[in-house]
Amino acid sequence: MEYLNVYASKLIPERELFASGHKACQGCAPALALRYLLKAAGPNTIVCNATGCMEIISSAYPDISWGVPWIHVAFENAAAVASGVEAGIKALQRKGKISKGKVNIIAIGGDGATFDIGMGPLSGLLERGHDVLYLCYDNEAYMNTGIQRSSGTPKYASTTTSPAGDVIPGQQTVKKDLAQIAIAHQVSYVATASTSYPVDFIEKVKKALATDGAKLIHIFAPCPTGWRAKPKDIIKLGRLAVQTGLFPIYEYCNGRYKMTFDLPFLKSIKYYLKIQGRYRHLTEEMIKELDEDLKQRYRWLETLARETKEAK
Amino acid sequence: MGKRKGIESSIALADAAAMCRVDGISAYPITPQTHIVEHLSEWVNDGKLDAEFVPVDSEHSAMSAACGLSSVGARTFTATSSQGLALMHEILFIASSMRFPMVMAVANRALSAPISIWNDHSDIMAERDIGWIQLFAENGQECFDLTPLCFRVSEDKRVVLPSLLNFDGFIVSHMIEPIEYWDQEQFDAFLPPFEPQIRLDVKNPTTMGVVGVPEIYYETKMVHHDALRKAKAVVKEGFAELEKTVGRKYEVVEKYKADDAEVALTILGSLAETAMTAVDNLRKKGHKVGLVRPRLWRPFPDEEFIEAVSNIPVLGVADRAYTFGAAHHPVASEVKSVLFNEEKRPKVLEFVLGIGGRDVKVEEFEEMFMKMIKVKDGAKPFGIEYVGVR
Ligand SMILES: Cc1ncc(C[n+]2csc(CCOP(=O)(O)OP(=O)(O)O)c2C)c(N)n1
Ligand code: SF4
Ligand SMILES: [Mg+2]
Repeated sequence: MEYLNVYASKLIPERELFASGHKACQGCAPALALRYLLKAAGPNTIVCNATGCMEIISSAYPDISWGVPWIHVAFENAAAVASGVEAGIKALQRKGKISKGKVNIIAIGGDGATFDIGMGPLSGLLERGHDVLYLCYDNEAYMNTGIQRSSGTPKYASTTTSPAGDVIPGQQTVKKDLAQIAIAHQVSYVATASTSYPVDFIEKVKKALATDGAKLIHIFAPCPTGWRAKPKDIIKLGRLAVQTGLFPIYEYCNGRYKMTFDLPFLKSIKYYLKIQGRYRHLTEEMIKELDEDLKQRYRWLETLARETKEAK
Repeated sequence: MGKRKGIESSIALADAAAMCRVDGISAYPITPQTHIVEHLSEWVNDGKLDAEFVPVDSEHSAMSAACGLSSVGARTFTATSSQGLALMHEILFIASSMRFPMVMAVANRALSAPISIWNDHSDIMAERDIGWIQLFAENGQECFDLTPLCFRVSEDKRVVLPSLLNFDGFIVSHMIEPIEYWDQEQFDAFLPPFEPQIRLDVKNPTTMGVVGVPEIYYETKMVHHDALRKAKAVVKEGFAELEKTVGRKYEVVEKYKADDAEVALTILGSLAETAMTAVDNLRKKGHKVGLVRPRLWRPFPDEEFIEAVSNIPVLGVADRAYTFGAAHHPVASEVKSVLFNEEKRPKVLEFVLGIGGRDVKVEEFEEMFMKMIKVKDGAKPFGIEYVGVR
C-alpha cells in the first residue's frame, strides 16, 4: 500500500495475461480479480482453476482468455492439483528435466470451491506447505449454478437455496472465516483483499508470491448477477464492504497482523445493504444485529493487529 | 539378469515403480494397498529415489495431485483399493480424458457396506468405464513385470492414457513369493524416459481442461475411445518386448489347456491359479477342461477372446462382483455381448464366487467344471450359480 498515492497506471504492468472478451457478466468483479492477479504474477505462472464462474467464462474452447499455462480438473480439487503441479515442477527441475527458475503456482477457487467442497484439499495444501498461492475469489454464493448459498454466504442474504421466505428470512448461518482457517495452518502469509482496491491487491499478490511455502489470499469480489446489484455499483460495493468493516482487509505475515487501512470510523452498512436485492427483505432489527456483529469482529481484529504489532 | 528374491508382492510392485524412475507419487493409505506407498516413501526418504512423495489428504486428492504431477510432465504413480478407488471415481474419468499417462496399482478389495477389507472385484468393476487401460496381475511376479509395462504403454505416443494394474488384495498383495527382479539397465532399456507431447510450461503456455461445448465434446470422447481401443496393439508390442527382456510370455487373453478343451472357465485375477489346479486334477481324470482369462480387461480384447473360445462348446464365466439388479454380472455381460453376434460360440454359463474374501476351494472349481460338463453332454443350461452362498 506504500504506493497507493502514486499514479497507479505507472505501477501496474500494461500487459494483459487475462484477455478481455471472456464471457463474464457486465460488472463482474471476480473477473477483475483475475486480471489484476496476472498483472501481479506475470508470465512465469501456472494457474490451477476450480470449476466455477471464472473457469467457465474464461475457457470455452477455443475462446481461451488465459495467457499463462492453465489447468482445470474439477470443482473441489484445485488445491490438490496445484500440489501435484508444484511437486512435479520441483522434481523435474531438480532432476534437470526442465529449466530451472521460479514458477508461480496459483490455485484459484470461488467461495463454494474453497469454503465448502474443497476445504479438505485446501487444508492439505496449506498443511503440507507447497509453494502455492491459493486465491479464493469470494462472491458469496455458488454463482455458476444459479446463486445457491455457500458457507461464505453472509447471514440473511437471500439466495436460491436460502430464499427470503415468510418464516425463514434468508441465510441463517454466519460466514465462515476463511483467512482465520488458513492462519490456523501456521502458514507464513495470508491476506484479505477487495477487488475495489486493485493496487493493494496487486501488492499483496506480489508479497505472497515472494514468500516461500503455502499462502492464501481471500478477495472479496462482488457479483452483480448474484447479489442483484447494478453493475455500476460493483466497485462501490467492494469499497463499502471494507469501509463499513464488514470485510476488513488485512495481512497476516509470520505471526503478525497488519490492517491495510486505519479506518477512523466505520461507515454505516445501511447503504451497502440497500443497493443489493439479496438484502431487500431485511428489517431494522436484522440490520442492527449485522451491524453489531461486524463491529465486534472488527474490534477483535483491530486488537489482534495492535497486540501482534506490539509483540515485535 | 536380475536376482530372485523371496518378497511380498506389494513391496516388489513398489520396487518396480521406483525402478521405473517415477518423478512423483501421490499417496493415501488404505488396506490392503498400504505397503506399496509405505515402501515408496522409504525409497524417497532414504534418498534412493529422486521423486516427490505427496502424502495427500484423501484419495480424491491423490488422483487430483496425480493429474497435477502428470500435467507438468512428471512420470506419476499412485496406488489404492476399494473405498479409495471409489472416492477417486470422479477424477478417474478426468485423468483419462485429459490424457494423463500415469499408472495406478489397485489391490482389489470389496466395497462397503458392510465394510470388508477382503478381496473381490467390486471396486474395479464399478470403475470399468473410466477410460483407463486395465490389466490383471495374478501373482507377485506379474505385479513386478507389468508395472513397467503399464508405464511403457501409457506413455507411448499412440496411446497417452493412464493404466491401472489390478491384483487381488491380500491374496496377492501380502503374499511372499519368489520374484525375479529385473536389473536397472533392463528397466531403462524397456522404459525410455518420459517425453510428454504437451506439458504445462511457462515458456509455451497451453490450456488444459477447457469447457467442452457441444460442437467439440463428442469428438473428444471419440478420440479417447479410439485411442483406448488401439492401445491393445501397443500392449501386445509391450508384451513381446517384455518377453525379449525377461523371457516371460504374457498374452492379452491367457489360455490354460484351452486349445482342445470342451469346457473352459473365464476368470480374472489370482483365483485362476486355484482353478488351474482343478483343471489339472480333472485332466488327469480325462476331462477336457481349461481356462481362458482376459489379462487385458480394458480395452477388452474381443478378437483374441472370440478366437480363444469359439471352438469350445461350453464356457463358464466367474464373476467376483455383482452388477446389482442386472440380468448378468460384469464379466458375464461383457463376454456374452462379445459373443452374441458370433455364429460359432460357446454356450455361456455364469457363476458368482469369491465375494468379500469368501474362499473358493479347488473342489468347488471341480464341481463347477463337472456341472458345465453335464451341460456339454446335453443337460439343460442353468441360470447364474452363486457358488458357496448360504
Ligand atoms: C462435484 C461437483 N459438484 C457440483 C458441481 C456443480 N458446480 C459447478 S460450479 C459450482 C458453483 C461454484 O461456486 P463457487 O466456487 O462459489 O464459484 P462461482 O461460480 O460462484 O464463481 C457448482 C455447485 C460440480 N461441478 N462438481
Ligand atoms: S454470475 Fe457473478 S461471478 Fe459469475 S460471471 Fe456473472 S457477475 Fe461474474
Ligand atoms: Mg461463489
